[in-house]
Amino acid sequence: MTDDIKTGSPVGRRVVLGMLGLGAAGVAAGTWLSRGVSDVVANTAPGLASVIPAAGGFRIYTVTSGYPEVTAADYRLEVSGLVDNPMSLSLADLAALPQTQMTKDFQCVTGWRVDDVPWSGVMLRDLLNEAGVASDCEALTFTSFDGAYTESLTLEQAMQEDVLVATTMFGQPLEVKHGAPVRLYVVPMYGYKSIKWLSGIEAVRSVEPGYWEVRGYDIDAWVGQSNGRSDEPVV
Amino acid sequence: MNPSSDTSVDRFTTGERWIHRSLSTLVLVLIGTGALLFIPDLGSLVGNRQIVRVVHEVSGWLIPVVLVLMLLSKALRADASRLNRFRPSDWEWLRSSDRRSGRIRVGKFNAGQKLNAAWTLGSLLVLLGTGAIMFFSSAFPDFIRTGATFVHDWLSLAVVVVVIGHVWMAYNDASARAGMRTGSVPLSWAEREHADWADEVRPR
Repeated sequence: MTDDIKTGSPVGRRVVLGMLGLGAAGVAAGTWLSRGVSDVVANTAPGLASVIPAAGGFRIYTVTSGYPEVTAADYRLEVSGLVDNPMSLSLADLAALPQTQMTKDFQCVTGWRVDDVPWSGVMLRDLLNEAGVASDCEALTFTSFDGAYTESLTLEQAMQEDVLVATTMFGQPLEVKHGAPVRLYVVPMYGYKSIKWLSGIEAVRSVEPGYWEVRGYDIDAWVGQSNGRSDEPVV
Repeated sequence: MNPSSDTSVDRFTTGERWIHRSLSTLVLVLIGTGALLFIPDLGSLVGNRQIVRVVHEVSGWLIPVVLVLMLLSKALRADASRLNRFRPSDWEWLRSSDRRSGRIRVGKFNAGQKLNAAWTLGSLLVLLGTGAIMFFSSAFPDFIRTGATFVHDWLSLAVVVVVIGHVWMAYNDASARAGMRTGSVPLSWAEREHADWADEVRPR
């Protein structure tokens, strides 16, 4: 012991302090560094991002065990509540409605963003017009067939052009982890509004806060103007 | 001065070994829950993100508790002093190609163990700090939150690699493992791997 203490230089302390310094520098510069890493990965090993989300890609969140699954034949989207024509739509019914395509970013409230994702599906507005929303409807409640997740939008928000009942991503039918066969995509809001495994749209009188909203997240989840964040708008 | 080959000598106290057990359990839980939160294909197997997240957060906050317990152990403080100090021969040992031959005499800890200890403490503190930023995220501007996530993600991947290496070294050395499990090691092992320390602890 004595000779370690007497003759040694405190390398351990220097390593620890050095790591703390590097850690702090990494936190300060991480926003730019992570962009750089994402770009490099996208250009060299695009597959990596789906395995390690830190390399830039979707992080997959579920609130129940595993992913819920339903066969294409069994799937129905129920449109109910304060509507003139309640509907129970199969995938074929959805495909028969006017299709809308858009290429837009996906921004998560935890900070990650995936740029330029091609989406397609039925504009929620078209669906609601088909169902005929009653005059006392002020909001919509969305439910997932995972049995737990719910979301909400005001009717005004739902009638914007940038809310999609999405059935494809990247030109392919939705993957199970992204909410197959049907999910919502609310362009100008944080990702938690874009409920996956969508099975129900109910027209209601007032907003019922969704799954994460009763756990503290903002109900009006505008990107860059809610949840204490100042992200660039989604384009 | 020539004890039999099966003489054993004390290496770690009961307190040190319980601290090692607590810390390794916490780190394994953190790696497991972190992997579930972080790797989509893994997380999907168990889902329940909210529960996994709470387990990860609680385990993370127990890390500073263990760090404080470490300060309370006199034996661990003494070992920490040894781990902290590099003597000139440690650099030589690291550079040498025959570092296992015993030609360069090693104290209670070799230079690799010293670096591992420093790395472990440094990475725990950085992960704790960046984790705390994410935990109290509303108190921080976006770029700090994103930066903390970036550091936490990549550093934890590096930590996993080093933990695998640590376990691999232990897997290949039954006597070293016995030192942490039972507290004592064969003197013959100490003479081979830690000659200067063996001189200190050899029964007279």
